[in-house]
Amino acid sequence: MAEKQTKRTVFLEGFRDGIPIALGYFAVAFSLGIAARNAGLTAFQGFIASTLCVASAGEYALFTMIGAGATYLETAILTLITNARYFLMSCAMSQKIDPKMPNAHRYLFGAGVTDEIFAITIARPGRLEPMYNYGAMAVSVPAWAVGTALGIIMGNLLPVRAVSALSVALYGMFLAIIIPPMKKSLAIALCVIVGFASSWAAGAYLPLSAGTRTIVLTVGLSSLAALLFPREEESGDA
Amino acid sequence: MRNWVYILVAFAVIYLIRVLPLTLIRRPIRSRFLRSFLYYVPYVTLAVMTFPAIVEATNVPLAGVAALAVGIAVSWFNGSLLTVAAACCAVVFVLEMIL
Repeated sequence: MAEKQTKRTVFLEGFRDGIPIALGYFAVAFSLGIAARNAGLTAFQGFIASTLCVASAGEYALFTMIGAGATYLETAILTLITNARYFLMSCAMSQKIDPKMPNAHRYLFGAGVTDEIFAITIARPGRLEPMYNYGAMAVSVPAWAVGTALGIIMGNLLPVRAVSALSVALYGMFLAIIIPPMKKSLAIALCVIVGFASSWAAGAYLPLSAGTRTIVLTVGLSSLAALLFPREEESGDA
Repeated sequence: MRNWVYILVAFAVIYLIRVLPLTLIRRPIRSRFLRSFLYYVPYVTLAVMTFPAIVEATNVPLAGVAALAVGIAVSWFNGSLLTVAAACCAVVFVLEMIL
């Protein structure tokens, strides 16, 4: 680390670290766009939704709710549930903020707290530098938004088989987030396995919508996990 | 028009979730239960959203099952986000060509 870094240097550092994130986002956003298209969104709506929300599972939930004609309240609750992890990430990030940092920065870089940006922010030593986050956001958020819009536009130009193949990209990304921690934590392994099983069982035997099922199972199983496997201390992992 | 309201509702909720801890919470969450609950939420919710949806997303359900298996295997060996997503897509594309 240089002793004194200019804002420009820090921004470019964030931009550089954001490039691999942007490439991943673009591909995944494309498949998210297909889901948005199925829910009846225009490319512009998808572009704006992705620019504002910058969330994979959260937006997927949003598009599912739109497609299902859910109420706004249901949508708000599911958005809260599917994005609850950002709350935890922001809590962790708040510990790295210089208490003197102006609130304006918190309002701005806070909009771009994603799994990946959280990961590189926490991994960077020292105090949180907003310019670093802006750099990462400057390359990854446009890739996410344009990817979503292109998925909506081109989803129907692609052959059916290609769309079918791309539609699993998002689930692949979810797996990449939930599977590796299973090796280190029995509690997480159980969360995932029981999550799979109960989701299937609830879908097959209970008359619940996909959205309600997600809310009920998430709150129920996470509470159970918290009771059975309470966490001893804060940890910095994602 | 309704779509815009949905988008704004989601944005408002997600923005508050991200920004409130950064602006209001100046010390770690004390409640052990709440901390643990929040810690497990992403894993449960993503698991619930992935299965059985991945099997229902493809034209041929068997291709979805294969994508799930390959996705788990590649993730297990720490494949990156992009690698896992690409592997799942490739399996479905190839299998649906054969089946």
